[in-house]
Amino acid sequence: MAVTTPSTERQVRPKPGKGVGRTAPPWKTLALFLAPAFLLYAIFMVFPLAQALFFSLFEWKGTARGGFVGLHNFGELFGRFPLNEQLPRDLLHNTIFFIGTMAIQVSLGLLFAVLLQGNRFGKQFLRTTYVLPFMISPLVVGYVWSLILNPTFGPVNTTLKAIGLDALARPWLGDPTTAFPVVILVNVWFWLGFPLLLFAAGLAAIPEDYAEAASIDGAGPWQTFRHVTMPLLTPVFGTVAILTFIRAFNVFGLVWALGGVDGGPAGATDVLGLLFYRTAFRGGVDAFGVASALAVVMFAIIFGISMLARWWFSRLEEGLT
Amino acid sequence: MTSISHRAGTRKRSAAAVAIPILMWGYAAIVLAPLLLVVLNSFRTTREIFADPIGLPTSLSFESYTTAWNEASFSQYFVNSLTITVASVVLATGTAVFAAYALGRYKFRGSTLLSIFFLSGLLLPFRLAIMPLFLLLENLGLIDSRIGLILVYAATGVPFSVFILSAYFRQLPSELTEAARIDGAGEFKIFGRVMLPLVRPALATVAVFQFVPLWNDFFFPLVLLRSTDKWTLPVGMTRFFGEFQADWSTLFAGILITLLPLVILFLVATKQIIAGLTAGIGKM
Repeated sequence: MAVTTPSTERQVRPKPGKGVGRTAPPWKTLALFLAPAFLLYAIFMVFPLAQALFFSLFEWKGTARGGFVGLHNFGELFGRFPLNEQLPRDLLHNTIFFIGTMAIQVSLGLLFAVLLQGNRFGKQFLRTTYVLPFMISPLVVGYVWSLILNPTFGPVNTTLKAIGLDALARPWLGDPTTAFPVVILVNVWFWLGFPLLLFAAGLAAIPEDYAEAASIDGAGPWQTFRHVTMPLLTPVFGTVAILTFIRAFNVFGLVWALGGVDGGPAGATDVLGLLFYRTAFRGGVDAFGVASALAVVMFAIIFGISMLARWWFSRLEEGLT
Repeated sequence: MTSISHRAGTRKRSAAAVAIPILMWGYAAIVLAPLLLVVLNSFRTTREIFADPIGLPTSLSFESYTTAWNEASFSQYFVNSLTITVASVVLATGTAVFAAYALGRYKFRGSTLLSIFFLSGLLLPFRLAIMPLFLLLENLGLIDSRIGLILVYAATGVPFSVFILSAYFRQLPSELTEAARIDGAGEFKIFGRVMLPLVRPALATVAVFQFVPLWNDFFFPLVLLRSTDKWTLPVGMTRFFGEFQADWSTLFAGILITLLPLVILFLVATKQIIAGLTAGIGKM
């Protein structure tokens, strides 16, 4: 009753132009509208995701579930060789991957978004071009670059040799010192269009009179950018950081194509996504239990940190207004 | 004094006028060069590519395409990718539009909770659900089945579709529905006859935008499909790169076959895809 009364009042005096808040149709009608999407999403996504936590607490023999073992699988995950070495290493790799990608794509993305805004000639063409790689499959991006960086027949090394820079030519993806930085650079080539688009949308939303007011007050272009534009872009920085973080910790196909399923050479490009796949589908007899434990750890990191970051950025925004 | 500083300012500005376009078109070249290389080398023979990796095709040979399409099974992968992606997009959008209508137009007990339930999917790392999902599909007899993969894909598409469509439904004016209601139309008739035609632009955005990640996905078919005749392009690509290692001409043709539909889709529907990419801004 308490729920229906206010909405009946609203039906008598409808808000102009808005249909929200009107008396809802009977619950049977509502259920018919909601059920298909709800069931599809709950059965094939949410329920299995919740089950992963449950799985991690049981003993597994292949795909057969045994008894409750508490945190045993987590103990295996952190203690058993080679997992105990691969997990911290891959965690570090994903973190470096995130920081490296973030540093380059935020600076370049923002720079190109600003330049694009002031640019007249070819604006549409340039924007479309910058975003284009983002449409390609990560796996295909990886394969294209593995051919380009091929030590003998790849255009990068042959060009370096042709212009007398033989000393710089190297097996980019075969050398453990260059492999991971190269993966990050390939990823920047792949993703840059996305932060650029978000920054462009953020810049377009800033009213022009703000910059005018600042210039009347005697602020130069840099000062205006630093003290007017940048603070107004805080929510965009937040969105870019969180989405980059999620994507960086989910990276899989790109590294598979560039370094193989083992993240070669010698694990130099190995990441959590590959480790999870190997643990689950190429592991031993108890693979499902240990991999579920890894899924729980990864879930806690990805979801936990992105939630914390959202909260932090929303506080930051409140502080600005 | 003032005139000197003014002149310095102009010089600075003209330097920027030269540097900025060089920077912007230079980066555009970096973006396009690898893609151009794929196109050009797909028309050259492997012998030509190995002799000189960067060069123009001497004659227009489509041999690499026929090899990739027939011998490397790209015809099969392509059809699989297309049917699986289209079916998933239709299923996700088709179910989400009903839920989005109920959530966007009405406030009812639990509606906020339901919205959060759907929206949470935008942030959840679903790949981590792969093992329970694997067992679920095995119990349903849907492992190594295109239908199983379609159900999983459609489920991953629901949150985004509900998010975009419910926001769109919320903005629509209620005059039209009120008029229809007075004429005695039921809820489904109002939805189908009045509201659905109005959300067509948002449906296009949602459908086009979902197409891209599903076409590109590698993880779920890798785990859920076993028979090579059911494989999609990305999984097929892993086998292809092993088998045709030494035949670069065919490799480039295969890459082009895989990415061409998306490049075309992006160029045709730039507006919808950019709208989809920037939709999350500020609402995260």
